[in-house]
Amino acid sequence: MCTMISQKAIVEGFGRGTDGWFDMNQANVSWDHPFHSPEEHALNIDFVNESYGPGARVAVELSVEGARQLVETIQAVLGEAEDRGLIGEERAG
Amino acid sequence: MYTTDQYEGMVAETVAIRGDNGDRVLAYCARPMGAGPFPGMVLIHHMPGWDEWYREATRRFAHHGYVTISPNLYERFGHGSPDDVAAAVRADGGVPDDQAVADLEASMQYLRALPYVNGKVGVFGTCSGGRHAVLAASRVSGFDAVVDCWGGGVVMPADQITPQRPVAPIDYTADLDSPVLGLFGAEDHSPTTDDVAIHEEALKKHGKEFEFHMYEGAGHGFFYYHRPSYRQAQAVDGWEKIWTFLDQKLSG
Repeated sequence: MCTMISQKAIVEGFGRGTDGWFDMNQANVSWDHPFHSPEEHALNIDFVNESYGPGARVAVELSVEGARQLVETIQAVLGEAEDRGLIGEERAG
Repeated sequence: MYTTDQYEGMVAETVAIRGDNGDRVLAYCARPMGAGPFPGMVLIHHMPGWDEWYREATRRFAHHGYVTISPNLYERFGHGSPDDVAAAVRADGGVPDDQAVADLEASMQYLRALPYVNGKVGVFGTCSGGRHAVLAASRVSGFDAVVDCWGGGVVMPADQITPQRPVAPIDYTADLDSPVLGLFGAEDHSPTTDDVAIHEEALKKHGKEFEFHMYEGAGHGFFYYHRPSYRQAQAVDGWEKIWTFLDQKLSG
């Protein structure tokens, strides 16, 4: 809350929290105080399902470099899967 | 001053108050044993939540002779580990200022109703809690001293105004009617040294009583011994300034 830089994204999937796997539906992305990282601020991502309460959370606290690399890597992996015609196959059956 | 031949006892427990909108709000309360009367303190937790550090701080203030209450400003977000609850609040951009001020006023009134409080109540906060301390003491009568430890967001550019935080606390400076002790780190990013200077100018302009200390070699959260931000010498000096200031302002 000190920076107030926070956004929410609809992200469907599954996350493994302290009580096991749960269906998550949202990613909360912030540049603010982390809880564990030794830095004053970090790129924090919380994968959550608010309907299960605050404990349904998978948290990561990333450095700037790590966060940027993650974005690029996700895009690269999705791109490769797309190029090989693998995306959409699951839905098609 | 504590001496080794002195009896000392303390009661510390979770209590509940009625905060904003009549909502039940849990609070941690610690007090020295005895009839008193003792001065009161409201402790406002930081962004990382109503956590162990704030429980320890509550007992520390009690050890120094204050009936101390620390309300859970994140109550409406549900219960769980302090990190999980605070993460939910972080995602929402913090708690609404109006709600926080009402919870803090209720905490202050809780102390004022106690038979062993001397009629003086101060407020202390760190990080977002420092901002809340300034805000509450500016908007509510009944606080006799304010300790603002590195409260970011007292000075707010227009683009940081949000529905939860619709007015910058500095804009209420004319209404502030209690002395302020401010402790800040020169390497902090929120508040910056420029932010602190702007706040200082506003306090001067309105003729308010205050003392600000800017610590070199320290950044945000230099009291937090469990974080790399801890700065031993600055923290020890800061605590001494707090006890001196509160003794001057809240002694019966």
